[in-house]
Formats: sequence, C-alpha cells, structure tokens
Amino acid sequence: MSAPALKAQTSPGKAPPVKPAATLLKLPTRTAARQAQALAVLRRIATNVIPPTVTVLALLLIWQILCDKPGATLPSPLAVWKEAHDLIVDPFFVHGSQDVGLGWRVLVSLQRVAIGFGLAAVVGILVGALIGQSDWAMRGLDPVFQVLRTVPPLAWLPISLAAFRDSSPSAIFVIFITSIWPIIINTAVGIRNIPHDYRNVAAVLRLNTFEFFYRIMIPSAAPYIFTGLRIGIGLAWLAIVAAEMLTGGVGIGFFIWDAWNSSRLPDIVVALVYIGLVGFVLDRVVGALGSLATRGTAAS
Amino acid sequence: MERPYLKIDQVSKSFTRGGDVSEVLRDVSLTIHKGEFVSIIGHSGCGKSTLLNMVAGLLPVTTGAILLEDREVNAPGPDRAVVFQNHSLLPWLSVYDNVKLAVDKVFSRTRTRAQRHDWTMHNLELVQMAHAKDKRPAEISGGMKQRVGIARALSMEPKVLLLDEPFGALDALTRAHLQDSVMQIHASLGNTVIMITHDVDEAVLLSDRIVMLTNGPAAHVGEVLDVGLARPRKRLDLVSNPTYIRAREAVLKFLYERHRFVEAA
Repeated sequence: MSAPALKAQTSPGKAPPVKPAATLLKLPTRTAARQAQALAVLRRIATNVIPPTVTVLALLLIWQILCDKPGATLPSPLAVWKEAHDLIVDPFFVHGSQDVGLGWRVLVSLQRVAIGFGLAAVVGILVGALIGQSDWAMRGLDPVFQVLRTVPPLAWLPISLAAFRDSSPSAIFVIFITSIWPIIINTAVGIRNIPHDYRNVAAVLRLNTFEFFYRIMIPSAAPYIFTGLRIGIGLAWLAIVAAEMLTGGVGIGFFIWDAWNSSRLPDIVVALVYIGLVGFVLDRVVGALGSLATRGTAAS
Repeated sequence: MERPYLKIDQVSKSFTRGGDVSEVLRDVSLTIHKGEFVSIIGHSGCGKSTLLNMVAGLLPVTTGAILLEDREVNAPGPDRAVVFQNHSLLPWLSVYDNVKLAVDKVFSRTRTRAQRHDWTMHNLELVQMAHAKDKRPAEISGGMKQRVGIARALSMEPKVLLLDEPFGALDALTRAHLQDSVMQIHASLGNTVIMITHDVDEAVLLSDRIVMLTNGPAAHVGEVLDVGLARPRKRLDLVSNPTYIRAREAVLKFLYERHRFVEAA
C-alpha cells in the first residue's frame, strides 16, 4: 500500500500541468511513425542485402568443402585469404616497380581500356551513322560485321602483333576491335529507326549534314547507341587479359598471366574477383550515363 | 487579274514499287493567291497529303510543276513551313528549343541572338504557349504540342503555311480552340495557308476556298467551292448562316453523293 501511495503523492508534484501533457501525448505517435519509417527502410535494405549475402556465403562454404580435401587442385577460400592476404586487404601498396597492389593494376588496365574503348566508341558511332544512312552499306557490311563480331579477343592477338609490330598499340587494338562491333551495329539500327517525321523536319529546316548529325541523329539514336556502348564496355573489359598478355607491365590482366606462370593460384582468384567487380561497376556507369543522356528521348 | 502567288500546274504523281506503277494524282491544277486560306478535302487515300508533300518539296512531282512566286519548287525549305499531323516536335528539346531551332536556322544571318530569342518568344505567345516554354513535348497535351508545331512553322515566316490535317488527332473541344487560334493568326498575319482536312465543318469555317479531290487512284480536282463568308467568322453565328449551310451542303454532297468512298475490300 505504501509504494502506490508514494507514487500518487510524487507524480502530481512532478508532472507539469495540462499543456505539456498534450505534447507528451503527441510525442509517442511521432516517434512511432519515425520508427515505422526506419523499419521500412531497414526492411528494404534487408530484402536487397540478405539474399546475395546468403548466396555468397553458401557458395563460399561449398567451395571450402570441395577444395579443403588434401590433394585438391584449387585453393579453398580460407587458403586464398591466408596466402593472398596483402592483396586483399591493401589494394594500393607499392613494394617495388613490379610488386604493387591490385588497385594500381586495375587503374593501369582501366587506362588501357579507356583508350581502346574510347577509340571504339568514336569510330563505332561514326561508322554506324554512315551505315545507318545507307541501305546499300547496311546490306553489304552487316553480314561482315555479324561474322567479325564473333571472333574472340585472343584470336586477334597474332594479327594485331603482325600488323603493329609493337605490344602496346596491339593491346589497344585488341580492345578496340573486340568492343567496336556492338557499337557499330546498334548505332546503325538506331539511325535506321529515326522516325521519318524528324527527317521531314530536318528537310524543311534545311539542316546541313553536320547539323542533322548532332541535332537529330545522335539524340534520336541515343538509346540504341548507349545499348551498344554498354555491351561494348563489357567486351572491352573481357579483352583485357588477352591484351595484357602482350604488354606485360602492371595491368591486372598481365598479373593473372604472370601469377599462372609462377603458379600463384590464390592471387589469380583475388584478381578474378577484382576484374568481376570492376566490370560490374563499368557496366553500371555506362548504363547510368545512358539513362541520364536519354531522359527526354523515349516518349514523344 | 492578280498574278498567282502559288501555282500548281498540271501536276501528276505516280509511285513505282517493284514493277507496279500506281498513279495517285492526275493533272491537278490550282492557283492560290497571296493571303488566301485554301483547304483541300477528300476521302482518305485520295492523295491530299501527297499533294501537300509535293508543295512542301518533300516529294518530287512526276509530271507538271509547282511554282511559288514564279520559281519552281523542287526541294523542301522554310518558305513552305509544314505543321505535321503528329506535331513532329523533337522530344529531347524543350518547347522553347524546338521553336528556337527553326528560328536559329532561318534567321542565323539576318538577326542577332537577342532578336532571335524575342522572335521565338513572340511566336510562342502567339499560340499561347509561352508559359510552357521549358517543358518537354512529352510533358504537354496533344493540343499544346500542335500549338507549338504551329508556332515553329510560323516562326520561319513562311510564304505558304502548310497544315497537314493539323487537328486530326485532337478531341473536338481542343480542335475548336485551335481552329479559333488559327483563324485569329490568319486574320492578324495574313498568311497564305493550304490545309489538308477531312472535316467538312473545319474546311468551311476556316477557308476562303475549298478544293475537293475525287477518289483515287488518279485523283483530280473535282470541284472548287468559294466560301463566300465574311471575316471575321464566329463559330456560333455561322450555325444558322444560310451561306454557311449552303457551303457545307455542297461539300457534303460532293463527298457523299457524287464521290462516295468505295472501300478497297
């Protein structure tokens, strides 16, 4: 009996009069709303993060079980972690001109891809525009491109070496020639699909070839061009190992080739993960650029 | 007699596809004076759009000639601006930029940058679209798009304004609004206009003359009607006007009695 009585005595003294009571009443609902919101955000993050995490962990586990046996030909994840520890935790170490972190190697490779892919983008869009404008060129060249685009990057190596007689331009050529086909083909299709109305507008306004190219052709075909660029950047990155077998130096592609020659399998595994992640990011970057650049063009 | 401004002289048009030659228009002749509003009406497929495209220079004539101020028309140009049926605005440009593109192209040498801006805005105001100048075509209604299309065509200061079923895709109320706008613009600027239409009321309301085409193939000018209605015309007053009713009747009779549309199948 004494405890409730004490409470009854102290609470009127503590609790301020009517007005604050109202805010006290309001406060819980606001925090509840905020909590619900936070919960919703958490749930959204969880639905996107949990499934891939679980899958990756499961795959690692299977891999660990398969490769943990004595006599296994490939290193297990734990072995990779132990043996390639420095490569994983520090991408940007420098221990000498040939012994640098994978981050540096990726940057060198990206530079190479940037040159090769950049050339492919410029040439591909111009050639695609030319072909898209002419029925004859389309009919004549499309089969040639359809065949050439299936040639794997490695197959271009001897040809480009013979042609350039130097490793560095050959490597860039391999990237260029691997990534240019989808850019040409998609640009050509995009240009053939320019609505006839836009051509009529251009004709009435008497736009010259150059004005027509950048006022009508490029914006109208932009969605197709970016599809081509997106496929192209993927292929360019695929060609990096082949290209860097030629050049040597510090690229990520050459690192794999070098690690294979000195049988450092765990290093190769780490490099593969790097290549995969960078390729994924490249694809998303070009995709995002595309949706940024083609905002208005889809609907009319 | 007044010198003809635009002369369509014995124009025929045939298309060749594979080995087949199909004659669309045969010996179409028409003389249009400066400041005149002429409608071309006919059943669908009779070649009225083909005729307009030839005046625009988008299609070559097979035989005959089209003369604008005594010079032969053989290529498209801003002196014969077209308002297309489906507006044909460039979707990646804003309303302002769509008109500005035309203004910049036509007046790049003769006007300063500031003058071109003012002229663009002036034309947007003329069609009451200045308020939406920064919108993209996808963000405005069909009637608004057509207004911008008209502004773009007017901004080129064409000798002849060509309207290719400009209100065909619009609902009746929007269409009436736009017809009134076109009447106002025609009254204040005195443009020479050729309009393709399949709407009898629209033709009678807007035109000085109505050119009726017979059915294809090998369509020709069946009849030309002078609409003797004084301007300015008011939609509501015309409903009971005997001249209006007579003109309307004449066109309807031509289209549905003498040249009934026989479907191909």
